[in-house]
Amino acid sequence: MAVNTDKNSYTVIFAAVMVVIVGTVLAFLASSLSDKIEENKRLEKQQNILYAMGVNENEGEGSVSFIPTDKVAGEFTKYIKEQLIIEGDKITKDDQAYLIDLKRQATAAKNGDVRKLPLFIGNKDGSKFYIIPMRGKGLWDAIWGFVALNEQMVVQGVYFDHAGETPGLGANIKQRYFMDDFAGESILAGAQYLGIAVAKGNNDPLNKIKDDNEVDALAGATITGNGVSDMIRESVNLYKDYLETIRVK
Amino acid sequence: MALLSKKDANLILDPLADNNPITIQVLGICSALAITAELKASVVMAISVLFVLAMGNVVISLMRNIIPSKIRIIVQLIVVAALVIIVDQVLKAYAYELSKTLSVFVGLIITNCIIMGRFEAFALANGPWKSFLDGIGNSLGYGIILIIVGFFRELLGSGTLFGFPVLGNPITKTGLYATGYENNGFMIIPPAALIVVGIIIWIQRSGNRALIEDN
Repeated sequence: MAVNTDKNSYTVIFAAVMVVIVGTVLAFLASSLSDKIEENKRLEKQQNILYAMGVNENEGEGSVSFIPTDKVAGEFTKYIKEQLIIEGDKITKDDQAYLIDLKRQATAAKNGDVRKLPLFIGNKDGSKFYIIPMRGKGLWDAIWGFVALNEQMVVQGVYFDHAGETPGLGANIKQRYFMDDFAGESILAGAQYLGIAVAKGNNDPLNKIKDDNEVDALAGATITGNGVSDMIRESVNLYKDYLETIRVK
Repeated sequence: MALLSKKDANLILDPLADNNPITIQVLGICSALAITAELKASVVMAISVLFVLAMGNVVISLMRNIIPSKIRIIVQLIVVAALVIIVDQVLKAYAYELSKTLSVFVGLIITNCIIMGRFEAFALANGPWKSFLDGIGNSLGYGIILIIVGFFRELLGSGTLFGFPVLGNPITKTGLYATGYENNGFMIIPPAALIVVGIIIWIQRSGNRALIEDN
């Protein structure tokens, strides 16, 4: 092939053809797979919500196992009794509430609209769980999760996930040993919704002290840990008015 | 090796030691520092880079005669980004669990200088089969260092390997911890990887005088 690859016209044509080819392939792939990806994400949300209220298939130390995808839809309707959307003073029931995009709601709130806050009420073995979805910022990217509370505002379980925290450091927020520490902590300090802080040097690595609103931090993941603290505090404060109406004092 | 000619075999064997991408070529250092706090992350990253580098090298090598030299870096970047995104999307659709584990590595792979470095230095000037071998060799050399660093950082920093406690329990003071041994928290943070890599370079160079430059 005797093409002069140094010519400007060749360079421009090459760039244009390349962009069209790569763009077409990626667009085709994205649109043909998007239904399947959306479905996976929807099931994952159900799995996460159930995980937070303790409906999971964890076996032994350190395992984080969800209800399998083929069973999760059934288990979700079995354990999640009500899904609410809180808009200011208005509370509506909606069984699609778990699909609400928290990021979009946060942007809406910034633009002065009323934020739609989803909340899930679960029931397992006769006890009630109030599950709050959370979203915040880690070191590199978004972090999110769910926290399950009982009527005394004591955490029954949490689930955290992240988009791009450092593997081995910040990414460990989704490890069992970190998430399990939250169970039993209260999000209240007196009557204040303080949340739970991820604290360095709280001198309680076994997390025996359950009334200090603190869990032990992860080494090497200070900013992600602070992100988790902020996320919990900000999220529960959004639900403060509602939580006050159900709290057993 | 009967399967490969001696020259081809060297393409794989050289980067394992005497021309190691991390310790000699100083490529891929950034990810070696960032994600080696745990052995598991090191292994996942090593395997991912193996796939991307071998495939990317072949693609670039096939295109080497038609890539305009003025925009070759951009073309390389597009090829590697497209490859990684395609794999990521397919995994998201058909192996969601696996894609969750790998998703944090996607950004690290696209911007990994070992990928661009090998495209530039090898694939642009050699045929697809040679480039494939070069990709395998270099990613193995990269992987070995990642795993060595990950091994020491996880062992000394957390007292675990692949998440399993091997030295006892640091909180209840059992095993080695009963003797007063403590985990070195410094090993968890990225600068520790620099020191471990430095020690590897030191050992490697003192074993092979040919690697030492004349002043």
